Amino acid sequence: MSLFQAFIEALESLNSNKLRSGLTILGIVIGVAAVIAMLAIGRGAQDSITGAISGIGTNLLFVFSGNEQANLRNIRPLTIQDAEAIGDPFLAPHVAAVAPFIQSGNVIVAAGGEQTRTSLGGVTPTYFQVRNFRVAEGEEINQEHLLGRASVALLGVEVAEKLFGRREGLVGETIRIEGQPFRVIGVMEEKGGSSFGSQDDVVLIPMTTARTRIIRRSTINRVDLILVQAVSARDVPQAAEEVAAILRERHRTEVGADDFTILSQQDFLQTVDTILGVFTTFLGGIAAISLLVGGIGIMNIMLVSVSERTREIGLRKALGARKRDILIQFLTESSLLSLIGGLIGILLGWLIAYIVGQVAAATGNAFTPAVGLDAILLATITSTVIGLFFGIYPANRAANLEPVEALRYE
Amino acid sequence: MAEPVVIAENLTKVYKMGEVEVHALRGLSLQIFKGEVVSIMGPSGSGKSTLMNILGCLDHPTSGRYILDGEEVSHLRDDQLAEIRNRKVGFIFQSFNLLGRQTALANVELPLRYAGITSGRKERARQSLIAVGLENRLYHKPTELSGGQQQRVAIARALVNNPAIIMADEPTGNLDSKVGQEIMDLLLSLNRERGTTLIIVTHDPKIAAQTQRVIRIRDGVVDETPVADRASMEAA
Ligand SMILES: Nc1ncnc2c1ncn2[C@@H]1O[C@H](COP(=O)(O)OP(=O)(O)OP(=O)(O)O)[C@@H](O)[C@H]1O
Ligand SMILES: [Mg+2]
Repeated sequence: MSLFQAFIEALESLNSNKLRSGLTILGIVIGVAAVIAMLAIGRGAQDSITGAISGIGTNLLFVFSGNEQANLRNIRPLTIQDAEAIGDPFLAPHVAAVAPFIQSGNVIVAAGGEQTRTSLGGVTPTYFQVRNFRVAEGEEINQEHLLGRASVALLGVEVAEKLFGRREGLVGETIRIEGQPFRVIGVMEEKGGSSFGSQDDVVLIPMTTARTRIIRRSTINRVDLILVQAVSARDVPQAAEEVAAILRERHRTEVGADDFTILSQQDFLQTVDTILGVFTTFLGGIAAISLLVGGIGIMNIMLVSVSERTREIGLRKALGARKRDILIQFLTESSLLSLIGGLIGILLGWLIAYIVGQVAAATGNAFTPAVGLDAILLATITSTVIGLFFGIYPANRAANLEPVEALRYE
Repeated sequence: MAEPVVIAENLTKVYKMGEVEVHALRGLSLQIFKGEVVSIMGPSGSGKSTLMNILGCLDHPTSGRYILDGEEVSHLRDDQLAEIRNRKVGFIFQSFNLLGRQTALANVELPLRYAGITSGRKERARQSLIAVGLENRLYHKPTELSGGQQQRVAIARALVNNPAIIMADEPTGNLDSKVGQEIMDLLLSLNRERGTTLIIVTHDPKIAAQTQRVIRIRDGVVDETPVADRASMEAA
């Protein structure tokens, strides 16, 4: 009997018991759907986060105070002076630009009758170079604003929309930040959403102004973060070394007890990979268990089917079916069952990934789940193999039935 | 004298059920000739079905020799027996044993499939169904057929591979006497037209009376060998 005939007969047999077949493959469907959705979402998230991290700027180092690795009692905050020292081309020849930054995640901004909560950044002119920010209209915050502690503000488009209902013609308008008046000097180009939330929901003011009037810190010169741009991608490690040396010197830290942390974009990407790897392994484990359970379900139903069809098997043997024929018949059935489950699972997983993508887009964390051909192939092959594997035992049982016994079976 | 299709010598069959041994056949010998119609009778439990299973190559004898159509089959492996069954034996069962999901045509095709025949299968199956008078029921499923019609499908299935011998274990046992007689007529006409050798196990003396020779079995051996019948067969 040819494989094609075995295939047709298996289809007929499964079709004659639709409900049972359907329930049997649920485990496989769920397992495969989980694998497909997980791979697609994981990949989409990775692309999106990678894009977001690269979108922050190029060849960046993030320097902040504190050190998770060491247990320190006396942590000195990062200061403007630290930033200035890092900016010294003789001390740090591989550093191209330095941008100290202070931030408040939640301030009230108002204009006219409208009011909204947004995040406020105190920045220096280099911030725009380092972060690749451009203004859509108006001007950037410059050295004069900084020195004069000017009450000027740059708006992100989202804030602009919320306050004024438009994003153009806003230069010269007045807004109130925490009740204090600021003159709008420009609107930033739209950056779009990222996995870290919208980058357009932000107001930037000169760092000096922020420090003295809005964001009060215990130490007057303290900054939250220093962004350092290396001269080139190749120079990032050296720049990090130079920054570390400068800060150790200035903070008089003991050996191996740095009270600051330097992370490169590469470090962030690696962290993301690690986290996604854990996530993938975890869900992969769940999927594997589901597939295992699904396989056992298939084995169970095939055993039931073999004993139900004992007479049929006896008859087929009487008519000349060899062991091999019976074996192929049942293996075809079990792997087909599993394969159908796998195909439905692929569709379902795809659908789930698609919906997750839509939901993410709707909440402003746009990322595109990507169902790869490799995932589809993997799922197809895996489900078929599961069907084959868990079908072996029942099929063997069927093939080894004695024809006389089988024919007498009621 | 016609040549023998079945030569059985000293067949024994012992079933072991735990401690107990059941001797279903105790050194049974018989010969059946090409084109013969033989009935096997005997009390219940005398070993008729056991004998048929061995003659039909469904089971191995515990000891003894069995030559089917010139081929010694007592020591063949299971898969070789499967092939012999497929080529040389047609089975007819008391309970029809058709595949419920399949049409009459597909049921009749089944032995051809296991024979590995790929072309002309449908046509041969159709011819076989026509031979049993079911040309109008090709695509009916067993549940859509009467008992007599189902048994005709089974006969068509037994015929389709042109076997050397057809074995029927109580073929009329599930049918009323009128339909049973129709089936018997069909079997006899097939024997007349095609010369198919028939072995029929039956409890019904009226059925047995229509066969050329009656083999009586008692306690796993042939009761008597009616030599006279063989002479009458040669005359026929
Ligand atoms: N699988 C088996 N295991 C044990 N004993 C068996 C088995 N098959 C048959 N027997 C025994 O062998 C003997 C012959 O059985 P068999 O079925 O051949 O009788 P029979 O002549 O066909 O009877 P009936 O006319 O009732 O069909 C009986 O005693 C039966 O109990
Ligand atoms: Mg019997």
